[in-house]
Amino acid sequence: MRGGWLRIYALLYLVFLYAPIILLPLFAFNNGSIIAFPLQGFTTRWFVELTTIPALHTAVLNSLMIAVTTAIVSTALGLCAARAATRYEFPAKRGIMGLIMVPLVLPEIIVAVSLLVVMLQLGLGLSAMTVILGHVLICTPFSIAILNSSFQNLDRSLEEAAFDLGETRFSTFRLITLPLIMPGIISSLLIAFTISLDEFIIAFFLTGNEPTLPVYLWSQLRFPQRIPVVMALGTILVALSILLLTTAEYFRRRGIARTGADDTGGFL
Amino acid sequence: MTRPLIELRDVHKYYGDYHALRGITAQIGQGEFFSLLGPSGCGKTTLLRTIAGFEGISSGAVLLDGQDMDRVPANKRPTNMVFQSYAIFPHLSVAENVGFGLRKRGDLNAQAKRTLVEDALDMVGLGGYGKRAAHALSGGQRQRVALARALILKPKVLLLDEPLSALDRKMREQMQVELIKLQRHVGITFILVTHDQEEALVMSDRIAVMFEGEIAQLDDPEVIYKRPASRKVADFIGIMNFLPAQVLEESGAGVTVDIAGLGRAVLDAGQITRGSGNGAEAGLRPETMTLLYEGQSAQGEVVEGRIEEVVYYGDMTYYFVALPGIDTPVQLSMRNLFGRDVLAVGDTARVVWNPGSVMLFR
Amino acid sequence: MAGQDRTGRFWRSDAASGLILVSPTALYAILLLAVPVAMVLAISFWTQNYLEIDRTFTLKNYAEALSEPLYRQLMLRSLTISGAVTLTTVVLAFPIAYFVSFHVSPSRKSLWIFLITIPFWTSYLIRVFLWKVILGFNGVLNTSLQGLGFIDEPLTFILYNANAVVITLAHAYAPFAILPIFVALEKIDRSLLEASQDLGENRVTTFLRVTLPLAMPGVVAAVLIVFIPTIGDYVTPRLVGGPNGLMIANMIQTQFLKLNNAPLGAALAVIAMVMVSTIALIFVGLNRRYLRGPK
Repeated sequence: MRGGWLRIYALLYLVFLYAPIILLPLFAFNNGSIIAFPLQGFTTRWFVELTTIPALHTAVLNSLMIAVTTAIVSTALGLCAARAATRYEFPAKRGIMGLIMVPLVLPEIIVAVSLLVVMLQLGLGLSAMTVILGHVLICTPFSIAILNSSFQNLDRSLEEAAFDLGETRFSTFRLITLPLIMPGIISSLLIAFTISLDEFIIAFFLTGNEPTLPVYLWSQLRFPQRIPVVMALGTILVALSILLLTTAEYFRRRGIARTGADDTGGFL
Repeated sequence: MTRPLIELRDVHKYYGDYHALRGITAQIGQGEFFSLLGPSGCGKTTLLRTIAGFEGISSGAVLLDGQDMDRVPANKRPTNMVFQSYAIFPHLSVAENVGFGLRKRGDLNAQAKRTLVEDALDMVGLGGYGKRAAHALSGGQRQRVALARALILKPKVLLLDEPLSALDRKMREQMQVELIKLQRHVGITFILVTHDQEEALVMSDRIAVMFEGEIAQLDDPEVIYKRPASRKVADFIGIMNFLPAQVLEESGAGVTVDIAGLGRAVLDAGQITRGSGNGAEAGLRPETMTLLYEGQSAQGEVVEGRIEEVVYYGDMTYYFVALPGIDTPVQLSMRNLFGRDVLAVGDTARVVWNPGSVMLFR
Repeated sequence: MAGQDRTGRFWRSDAASGLILVSPTALYAILLLAVPVAMVLAISFWTQNYLEIDRTFTLKNYAEALSEPLYRQLMLRSLTISGAVTLTTVVLAFPIAYFVSFHVSPSRKSLWIFLITIPFWTSYLIRVFLWKVILGFNGVLNTSLQGLGFIDEPLTFILYNANAVVITLAHAYAPFAILPIFVALEKIDRSLLEASQDLGENRVTTFLRVTLPLAMPGVVAAVLIVFIPTIGDYVTPRLVGGPNGLMIANMIQTQFLKLNNAPLGAALAVIAMVMVSTIALIFVGLNRRYLRGPK
């Protein structure tokens, strides 16, 4: 078989990649408060316990609010930038787009620190709002990357054809552009939502008195007796992430099928 | 030409420093099939897009039906376009594509619109295809949908941007004929952009040959083929043998030239035009020369040469014949009538030529 | 009149439409990225006493950051760990990218890419914590290996040190390394490989003379995209690094949030950024010849 050794290596690599995720539910359903083998038997009590922690519920709601807002704002900003980048030539295009995409490679601690400095200098208090500002900054490049490929797959003459047939610029956007890039928009919303929901370091610096879910989790990791509950929560989060990603991937593929283009791979 | 429908007055277009259109002046008549022909980068598509309204012009004027089109956007112009990629909306059905432009027609009810769409589909030979998904169509079908979608709005001008370039040869030839028929049927002015000279010759009432942002010649196909306005046009359209020539005498009766390898001829003013600037050259199309077979006698000048190469096309054979006194062999074509034998390399060729179909470039 | 006309044409031009459209996003990036980073730069030249900021220009923070052995050690360790993570991640990732690109049928490629990206999207904190569980003294790895009889004593060199940080980060950044290499490999025209074999090269020399050079842009991108963010990683060193695995980001956090010495923290951040950018630029410069050619 071609690539025999490579295939074995690839499978081992997948095991390496999935090892933590596979262990997570094992400990979440394990009837023991110490996270170690051998397993002690099946229980759902850690999941039940999750429902009894008010601080957790506040953190979850806070995170959801932040993630939804981030997803919408960064997708909107991503739409503007991706459209401009794929459709128009304008002065300093490389520089402008470069600046916008920088957070993709910038260490997050730099983003966190610099936003913190500005907030403190301006005398603004830290809140969910400041977390959103930071999250939009790091999610927008992802949105742009996704929407860029949507716009690139969109034949420009489709819009010209609609305009030529009597539609205005706005109705052309509504009737042609929007339906054809909608899968990209949904995918961008889901990805930005997932990143924001999971992001720790910026939230850690900018959250003030309203911890997000990862910040709350971080505070719990110090207490060994809380770990099984964290595992249960982690299991739910992972399941949720996989669900969201599968949905995003589904929409991405549907978008490709709809425009009749070739599938060229993943999200990035 | 019939009544002028489109007037281009000294149209210039710059992209930054690049001068894409350099003073285009032309009139296109009502009901005319007009082609813009030229190599890629000559500005033909840019010119089409300025007529459509997708590109603004830097100076000059585009008039449609006497009205200045400056500041009239593409969606308000009575022109419609068939795009090179066809631009069939992939998320809509065939009928929704064809009926796309009717959305804002408040004077028509749904039933009337449906009838119009069905008629348009019938017209392009796609009756019954309305419910199909657009992305499931073949290349030729997409082209028909694009035509129906543009014609349903009864534009004054239909603009076609290389509409046949994506089709295979057989389909292309079939569509050429259909497009001519369709144009006669609807009576709308068609402006076709193409780089394929054969396509332009076959389809057009008149052709504008463009080089580097300028119109080099604007005339009907036969004139462009037989009496090219410059050596460059002659070289671009069809095959032309260029032979060194020397002007011996100019008088009221015409110009006497000595053509290398062929001999003397007297040409009238219509046969003389601008050359490349490197001395005079005579131009002969391959079919204006004939080979004499055994026993045939000639009406015209005869010279002898040697057959250097034979290219067989089935219905035609091209011969490359070395003539005394010139380096490059001349190319001439013969129809293979009545199963006539093909001559072989090395045979002696007796070439007959007709001074009346010679062009002189000086 | 002519001037007015020209202005009118500019506002209808591509350049104007593009600028208007990109401006909300660009303004956002300027206000929340460029300005704040400039502010960090400014603060790094100031001093702080408790909560009072003294805005006289000084290089004192830089002098301290560069001379204090603790900071120098942290910087050096961060660079070493990031370098090791980058090397490990890219070397481990290349065969995967190669496998998916060359040995997986086209219809299943996106499934593989999807499988590879999924773990990356699940909670980072929890993933790092689970590595602690896997690598710990009584962790999954040690108990399994002992159970199987491979080792008698638990391995101790795999938790609370730099090794643990490298393993965990190599896991976290895997997709970032695989994807750019995969994209570069996908772009290689397969007939080039056939041409090489046709001209007498075998599979190995074809790989070295054709595939690898053509994949270099992807490798370079992978190196940068792993190296730059890892140097600023906070969670991993904190959870699995132990005292000898802490990195510069942990110190920046301490200066800002615990010691209330933002200027020194800012100076450390600026130094870290400058070092990372310098190394990245040198690296790109060294690979310049692979990065040319049509985009």
